[in-house]
Amino acid sequence: MYDLAYVRPGGLAEATALLEADENATALAGGQTLLPVLRARLASPSRLVDVARLAELKGMALDGDRVVIGAAETHAAVSQSPVVAGAIPALGRLAGGIGDPQVRNRGTLGGAIANNDPAACYPSAALALDAVIRTTRREIAAADFFTDLFSTALEPGELVTAVMFPRCAQAAYVKFPNPASRFALIGVFAARTAAGMRIAVTGAGAGVFRWREAELRIDAGGGVADLDDLALPEDAFTSDLHGSADYRMHLARVMTGRAIAAVDA
Amino acid sequence: MTVALRVNGEDVRIDVTDRTLLIHALRDHLRLTGAHMGCDTSQCGACTVLVDGVAVKSCAMLAGQADGCEVVTIEGLARDGALHPMQAAFAEHHGLQCGFCTPGMIMLGIDLVRRRGAADEATVRSELAGNLCRCTGYQNIVKAIAAGARDMAGAA
Repeated sequence: MYDLAYVRPGGLAEATALLEADENATALAGGQTLLPVLRARLASPSRLVDVARLAELKGMALDGDRVVIGAAETHAAVSQSPVVAGAIPALGRLAGGIGDPQVRNRGTLGGAIANNDPAACYPSAALALDAVIRTTRREIAAADFFTDLFSTALEPGELVTAVMFPRCAQAAYVKFPNPASRFALIGVFAARTAAGMRIAVTGAGAGVFRWREAELRIDAGGGVADLDDLALPEDAFTSDLHGSADYRMHLARVMTGRAIAAVDA
Repeated sequence: MTVALRVNGEDVRIDVTDRTLLIHALRDHLRLTGAHMGCDTSQCGACTVLVDGVAVKSCAMLAGQADGCEVVTIEGLARDGALHPMQAAFAEHHGLQCGFCTPGMIMLGIDLVRRRGAADEATVRSELAGNLCRCTGYQNIVKAIAAGARDMAGAA
């Protein structure tokens, strides 16, 4: 790890001021991605601003028809939350399947969303459910938030404070985990929403996306068997040592079928 | 920077650099060498310790992040010369060969019991996702954790 400064501000305003004052500063939450990245010397921030304990970033509560989850809530906390389990059971199960137990004990929702790893689980739920990401400056629709590989609409110094997920009882997340890392080789979040079936795919390689052709087919009365001949957005799939683009496309079909079957089970 | 910790029941203050990892604070500053650095990528879990009661990989946490927290390492488990039930189960079921990953396995096993109680074999196997062993093929580790979990649940 390159040398750096570590600071743990006592409040959100102080954290924001620290991040805005130094463009090379980085927010540190659970650190389950960031610390391995730093140890591998893949990044060299001047300063880590620890936001993991900030009270303003905690809490899980119903707000009308939405569940508001603080950005610093851990995957373990989300997976064990009765509020989440009651409103969006699939989201709690997704959180309970991220990484491994130690990662879930430290890793946070806000960190995962802001990092936007192309194989992360949470972005698929946010996109499929039309979640809204609340930051220190504004509210951003999930569809506008995830912009590219490891990239989001967040501006320098802007911090995710909470994610608001619309309540959804009929949803399921199914992933094919990489056997070593447990990251999704392909993960599919399917949800029956008021606006129709939503299908978001993660792990394809180029970032989370909605498979709109499949959504339309299901909304038109089609079943899982009707997805086999549907086009997938080829640009979204890449090849790496874990699997070829063709293999990932095959997995996307299979996982989508399983997710829809689980929604309707 | 100065970091205040309660480690295995004892209050300590240590001077570390801002980038010092918790694993290095424990091993190099406090000479608690039970938790091991087994990989460089936070995948192996040999460095697992309990921070405020939950299992974390101490190589993926700065010492500063643990400031004010209670840390329990493998050295803090035995009481008055008697092994913790999870340690005893590893001895009884021969849940180790070289022993390098064992401290992390035992700490994760204790965390597992906290969350899942006396878990069945399938649960134990899935919970071991973040702990790698290169010797045993896991058979006896799984047996040991399942037995330790039963003993802990019975004792509670």
